[in-house]
Amino acid sequence: MHSIPGRRIILSLFLIFLLLPIYWLVNMSFKTNTEIVSTMTLWPHHPTIANYMRIFTDESWYSGYIHSLNYVVINTFISISFALPAAYAFSRYRFLGDKHLFFWLLSNRMAPPAVYALPFFNLYSAIGLFDTPWAVALAHCLFNVPLAVWILEGFVSSVPREIDETAFLDGYSFPKFFVKILVPLIASGIGVAAFFCFMFSWVELLLARTLTSVDAKPISAVMTRTVSAAGMDWGLLAAAGVLTIIPGALVIWFVRNYIARGFALGRV
Amino acid sequence: MDKTVNQKAWFLVLPVFLIVAFSAVLPLMTVVNYSFQDTFGNNQFFWNGVGWFKELLDPSTDLGSRFFASLWRNLFFSAVILAIEVPLGIIVALSMPRDGWRVAACLVILALPLLIPWNVVGTIWQIFGRPDIGLLGYVLNNIGIEYNYVSNEFDAWATVIVMDVWHWTSLVALLCYAGLKSIPDAYYQAAQIDGASRWAVFTAIQLPKMNRVLLIAVLLRFMDSFMIYTEPFVVTGGGPGNSTTFVSIELVKIALGQFDLGKAAALSLVYNLIIIIVCWVFYTVMTNAGVDRQRTQGAA
Repeated sequence: MHSIPGRRIILSLFLIFLLLPIYWLVNMSFKTNTEIVSTMTLWPHHPTIANYMRIFTDESWYSGYIHSLNYVVINTFISISFALPAAYAFSRYRFLGDKHLFFWLLSNRMAPPAVYALPFFNLYSAIGLFDTPWAVALAHCLFNVPLAVWILEGFVSSVPREIDETAFLDGYSFPKFFVKILVPLIASGIGVAAFFCFMFSWVELLLARTLTSVDAKPISAVMTRTVSAAGMDWGLLAAAGVLTIIPGALVIWFVRNYIARGFALGRV
Repeated sequence: MDKTVNQKAWFLVLPVFLIVAFSAVLPLMTVVNYSFQDTFGNNQFFWNGVGWFKELLDPSTDLGSRFFASLWRNLFFSAVILAIEVPLGIIVALSMPRDGWRVAACLVILALPLLIPWNVVGTIWQIFGRPDIGLLGYVLNNIGIEYNYVSNEFDAWATVIVMDVWHWTSLVALLCYAGLKSIPDAYYQAAQIDGASRWAVFTAIQLPKMNRVLLIAVLLRFMDSFMIYTEPFVVTGGGPGNSTTFVSIELVKIALGQFDLGKAAALSLVYNLIIIIVCWVFYTVMTNAGVDRQRTQGAA
């Protein structure tokens, strides 16, 4: 009753469509540049891991990954810890300007990063954070904090109010209730929100590139170096691309059981 | 569920308010500041009033024509990808296997494109579409279709659209899947007893249950396609000519390329205003849908 005719074929075709370009990138990353440019081969005939070795041994390459992970983790941590109390407030109470505040937060999630690139550059240069992971982490809060509030609000609302009331009757103070009872109850929601913060911070490039120059340069900006006087180093570019997919794939594997609900932002 | 009025809740919201205000309001003030001024360089600014805005909204000037051209292009792009991704996403969600390891595998593969950094998405398609080293470009050219996204406008558009469908249809599919999962089996059993057709089940049970998540999907897809920058920039660089220059690309060109701060700031503000208006419309529709749902549930 759930399914539609020919669903297997439709789904298989779509999944192949999703995987084919990724396969091509992986395929290229194991080839030498000569093989890439000279012949069209569906799989590497002379497989090599030289491209990967170069990334793992050259500091300017692998430090890009460390920088990226650095600001992504800081950002996820800030977003979740700031958003949790706010999500609780929006879910449980009415207060002056609550609807407007919620809308204002939401509208920031939709703000185009291109608008903010230049002012952010000025702002973070002025306060001396330019070219640190903190600048990028704080800048990404612009869209990740509202998103986290939005997702967590949905999850908090699914916890019955009676639980709060019972806890307070039992003499729990607010902070104790929060840490001991609420957080464990919405643990899966926190996981989902963290996943989304990780995801949007990891994939964003424009702000990350604008706010860093040397010391905190993200991997996506390092990748532009593969263009040299000798032409494109396709194999290296492909290998770097494949390595950026891996953290995402790992994170998805951990939250696979919550993905569907998380994508509905806790609202199903 | 009635919420209690409690003004102290502001203390819980305050940290979020401060951090978002720091990231949103402060920079926006700089933009507003620039949008009313002009400069001869050397950090000397003078008041220009609404001059930039007049120029921006007047299609006969250079700035205005570029703005409106990129705006229409962007709206057309958003319309096309919504028209493809929403139905396709629904179909994929309806095709998902019921349970078992297949669901987990499908979910992971579906989510994969969403977690690839946007410039890598661009790189993947840049390589995939190249006639010399990319599978897609090679195959198309060998079966007799002239395809070159660097020089041909239509091919560039097709590449950007297919890339976006590849990148984001999963989001719509996953949202719809979440909506479908929330339908109790009893609904389907009732439909079976009534002898409802497949189409009737879809329009009477599945679609109404999905409309809330669909609204979120349309909102997110519209917004993200309206501010798309990285992927087309990597693949086509906005070309050939200006044919795939969307609003964000135009904005970055003016702001960081030509360093025309006043023009860029005016463009930013108008751009932001459009987004806030659209966002407000969706938000209103969404909250109203929520109220309606609660009312019908309360009645039932």
